Amino acid sequence: MQVIAPPGAHVRRRLVLLVLALLTALALPLLASGVAPARADSAGPCTPAADVACIGGTIRTAAGDPAVGVVLTIEGSGDPITATTDDTGRWSAQVPEAGEYTVTLDVATLPAGESPRDGTTTRTVTAELGKTKGALFPLGAAGAGGGATSGATPTASASTDDSASADASAAATVPPGSATDETGSGETGGAGTNRVLQLILAGIIFGTLLALAAVGANLIYGTTGLSNFAHGDLVTLGGLIAFASVQWWHLPVGVAILVAVVAGGAAGWLLNAGIFAPLRRKRIGITQQMIVTIGLALALLSTYMLFFGANPLPIVRTISTRLTIGPVQISEQSLWSLLIAGVVLGAVAWILQGTRVGRATRAVADNPALAAASGIKVESIIRGVWITAGALAALGGVLVGLYLSTIRFNTGSALLLLMFAAITLGGLGSPLGGLIGALIIGLVVELSTLVLPNDMRYASALVILIVVLLVRPQGILGRAERIG
Amino acid sequence: MDFGSLFTNVVAEMIGPTAIAYALAAIGLNIHFGLTGLINMGQAGFMLLGAYGFAISTIAGWPVWAAVLVAIAAAVVFALLLGIPTLKLRGDYLAIVTIAAAEIIRIVGRSTSLSSFTGGSNGLLGNSFKESFSGASPFPDGRFSLGPFTYSMNDSNSWWLRIVGWALVALACLLVYLLMRSPWGRVLKGIREDEDAVRSLGKNVYGYKLQALVTGGVLGALGGIVFTLASSVQPDSLGRPVTFNTWTILLLGGAATVFGPVLGSLLFWGALILVRGLLRGLVPETILSTQQVEQAGWVLVGITLMLLIVFRPQGLLGDKKELAINVR
Repeated sequence: MQVIAPPGAHVRRRLVLLVLALLTALALPLLASGVAPARADSAGPCTPAADVACIGGTIRTAAGDPAVGVVLTIEGSGDPITATTDDTGRWSAQVPEAGEYTVTLDVATLPAGESPRDGTTTRTVTAELGKTKGALFPLGAAGAGGGATSGATPTASASTDDSASADASAAATVPPGSATDETGSGETGGAGTNRVLQLILAGIIFGTLLALAAVGANLIYGTTGLSNFAHGDLVTLGGLIAFASVQWWHLPVGVAILVAVVAGGAAGWLLNAGIFAPLRRKRIGITQQMIVTIGLALALLSTYMLFFGANPLPIVRTISTRLTIGPVQISEQSLWSLLIAGVVLGAVAWILQGTRVGRATRAVADNPALAAASGIKVESIIRGVWITAGALAALGGVLVGLYLSTIRFNTGSALLLLMFAAITLGGLGSPLGGLIGALIIGLVVELSTLVLPNDMRYASALVILIVVLLVRPQGILGRAERIG
Repeated sequence: MDFGSLFTNVVAEMIGPTAIAYALAAIGLNIHFGLTGLINMGQAGFMLLGAYGFAISTIAGWPVWAAVLVAIAAAVVFALLLGIPTLKLRGDYLAIVTIAAAEIIRIVGRSTSLSSFTGGSNGLLGNSFKESFSGASPFPDGRFSLGPFTYSMNDSNSWWLRIVGWALVALACLLVYLLMRSPWGRVLKGIREDEDAVRSLGKNVYGYKLQALVTGGVLGALGGIVFTLASSVQPDSLGRPVTFNTWTILLLGGAATVFGPVLGSLLFWGALILVRGLLRGLVPETILSTQQVEQAGWVLVGITLMLLIVFRPQGLLGDKKELAINVR
């Protein structure tokens, strides 16, 4: 019976804590309106002292309610630290030493319908001993509330409070909606039409990047009939290599993209030469090959986690300038990504339509036996397709990583089904259809946030995938003969 | 390196709820794939639906039997929704549709907008729905030791759960044994071997496929219940990797056999714990941290799946002639 007593006491203590938390929640509006009384007693787990440096802040929804349970990762010297917002939306973390830290917001943990207002999920903070430095993530509909301070990192204006006391984190509390941490938000004040246009732009960018990442899977399906479930992990590979190039080996971003593309191409070649060419020679069935790609996906995913951990990794830590074009905003980085993706997709289309190699590839896709009979080296075409697919997937991974501002071990595998949705919608084996399908998927994913909670937006794309398979299994540009 | 305790851990995992849950899910997948030749890549979705159905209806105050019925009903409805439109299409379409549908369930389940029902990405805590199941136990409360294994008799990760779980596995095996010898099972095998031949005999292939999908899905849902009764309902713990593990288990043990899925599950979990234990004991912490050891284990699972499907698609118990893996 002795065992029973402590839990009882525990419950009581928890009740007291709950009441305290409620009181704090009630007191919050006071803090937000600038009264900011000293509240060192409940400043969370980290209290700055002469030898303690803290990073903290408060996250609130667009409506001003505290965002509870949002997870943030703080990376810098030492192991990454995670912090979670409490019932008042407040979070703080004790960092091991003074220096520069990157705070990453886990978007998946945000309340429904919320996203960072400036579309970025990382902040760079310089922690100092004896102080709490703020890292602010104003929430709202993506793009609706204008961008961060143009040119500078948001923290430049956020951590203005240097008074060495615990209320620094309270002072850093800026309720979303007040424009104190922003400049130039006038022209995108969140009017309904602007939000739609902004989402359409985001959908086009996302769709184009998705098309780039998916075109390789489509080529492989077209020439060999294989649904490659490991394609998402080739995408991740590109992003991770770019991260390692920039953050570990300190290469410029342009060079990092090249390194990632070369590595992706090499991975594609290796997968074909090491696994799939031998399987084709052994005449292993296409379904068995598909299950091989599933095992490969599982092995690659775990390998990435083994080497890179589970945290989101920022390829570039600086936040790029946001440009305002008419009623919408686009970051310079996204614009470059869009341009690169567009040019590369155009080049792929030209190669397929206008060159001998492209004609040969299409011939193999149509009928391998006939292609072989007319003197086309089918195996070397397929090898080329695998190398191209790996390189394009890697490029897509880098650009997606730049667009989402971080890359994780599972970024690509999370996109895998969206890529399948895109190429199924456009027509399996039809590269142009893949582009159209990806644009539709991108637009649906972004525009569905108008009516659906933010964390359900990928689900909407998968619903499309299923509906397309039911209504028009060959897709928009596919040929009906491909269905069984 | 303590081999005694490692061995105990291996055996404990092999008789534990995870192995039971995967065995049930793999038996269900065996009805899909081994008997009928359907490529269901969404078995985790059936498990997650079963888990949600059981937990949510228990939290709503329903008794155990009703909650299990809700879980089964959820799986039946899901199988019909998936099967009616897709079973007329070619096999790889079913694979993509099922994997997408399972992801939809996971994404919707972890969405914060439904957190009053599903608990969002935190899921539903075990204590909120385990009471009625442990209350149904005929055994006295307390802890019970059998050799080196000590578990509580009824609570959470209990002997009661193990007994019920293995009884379910035995019943499922009996069901598969009887089905394989029934006219119904012979039609399924016929569909697996040559769909058009069966159709030409006047059988309703579509209807048989649908029945197989429902039956296997219900077993998946039961597996999901066992899985969550040992821990909690957490949408991300029943994601795509669970489906892939189930496939590995089925192919390891042998598809189209009665005991293949069970043997596969025992070996899969036993081997995984053994490999992790060996890596942890033999490789210094500085080279592989505890978390990395876990990942290394999954890398091996992926490689095993690749090797199995290429070199021994019939698994340990299967008959190669019986297993025609073809797109249909």
